[in-house]
Amino acid sequence: MRVTQGAFSFLPDLTDQQIAAQVEYCLRQEWAVSVEFTDDPHPRNTYWEMWGMPMFDLRDAAGVMSEIRACRQANPDTYVRVSAFDSTRGWETIRLSFLVQRPAEEPGFRLERVEAEGRTIRYALRAYALDRPAGRRYAAPPSRGRQP
Amino acid sequence: MTAAARAELPASECDTLDLKALYAETDIAALLADFDRDLIGLTPVKQRIREIAAYLLIARARERVGLTAGTPTLHMAFTGNPGTGKTTVALRMAGILHRLGYVRKGHLVSVTRDDLVGQYIGHTAPKTKEVLKRAMGGVLFIDEAYYLHRPENEKDYGQEAIEILLQVMENQREDLVVVLAGYKTRLDSFFASNPGFRSRIAHHIDFPDYNDAELLAIAETFAVENEYRLSAAARQAMVDYIARRRHQPSFANARSIRNAFDRARLRQAMRLFAGNGSVDRAALQTIEDSDIRASRVFTS
Repeated sequence: MRVTQGAFSFLPDLTDQQIAAQVEYCLRQEWAVSVEFTDDPHPRNTYWEMWGMPMFDLRDAAGVMSEIRACRQANPDTYVRVSAFDSTRGWETIRLSFLVQRPAEEPGFRLERVEAEGRTIRYALRAYALDRPAGRRYAAPPSRGRQP
Repeated sequence: MTAAARAELPASECDTLDLKALYAETDIAALLADFDRDLIGLTPVKQRIREIAAYLLIARARERVGLTAGTPTLHMAFTGNPGTGKTTVALRMAGILHRLGYVRKGHLVSVTRDDLVGQYIGHTAPKTKEVLKRAMGGVLFIDEAYYLHRPENEKDYGQEAIEILLQVMENQREDLVVVLAGYKTRLDSFFASNPGFRSRIAHHIDFPDYNDAELLAIAETFAVENEYRLSAAARQAMVDYIARRRHQPSFANARSIRNAFDRARLRQAMRLFAGNGSVDRAALQTIEDSDIRASRVFTS
């Protein structure tokens, strides 16, 4: 199941050239661009791991692109996103965020029914990937061997 | 050359190219003319910059007819005494390279050792990388680059910064141009101990000291820029000042002249203030010889 989070996620995955063009737009708006990654695809998981500090005072997308490449290389088979923060007074928030990498296989989510008081049914969304411990949720590194 | 610059060139239809048309298209003539007019002296520097501009233009022409045009190495080393215009030229260089489509943004990031080298283990690499990221698409100007290398301390973190710099200079030549600047002798010994640097820098440009006539012209340029005027006597005082100042310690070419001019403005203000209280436009504009001759240079 293809996770659709952030902008452009209903489009085919962006090429590096398209990503650079988007980053170029963000820099023109004077937004601070940052790179983040995670292996927990839940839509309410807002706190992703930061790949370095947000990048301020950049003029060209080349710097961001090299960070994206470094992050992908260090974290293959995770979700990687680019976020652009607008510090203008009144906004002070993320203005644009989109995925730049997703794992090769995305097992998707299951719906869990939780019986609450008075046999009320509540629903929970749980990613199949979360059944495995962090770091082995998508493709396990070959050197560590398979977990039972 | 950037993809954008390449896209604006029409596809090659014939094998002959009009270099003049290409020259006009890049608007480089106006830029070089400005460069010639605004910067006084520096003849060898201007010559080298014209050569580089011609080289980039030819690289562009070669690309248009389908010859291989690998990204030319444009990293430079500016050597010369203080105040000989290295930073000013670097700033202009960024503009020229931008106009030729060689760097995408054409801004100048000016740094020294402190901006690149960290204070503790693990601090240097992120610091250097951040500076490099800021400079991408433009020119990175490293002033007094030889301070990066401290031979007396083998644990110095400068070496780490040098290695990162070299790597980026080699692998991301299309993303940024690095300009190293400093005194000639010290930069030469820096290159001797870091041969990797020397071989990655294609252009070594030496900035000569200004002669007295050029320094006077520079003083007059400062005056015009700030809407001041040197009286005839003040002009003569400036000639004497330059002749004397040159032989005093810590002479820094154009920078010394700019400082002298700033102090003369101060004295002019004081003189007008102490005067009879009425000034006209001409008096506000004019620097008299007494403003310059009051300098310490004349008393010692």
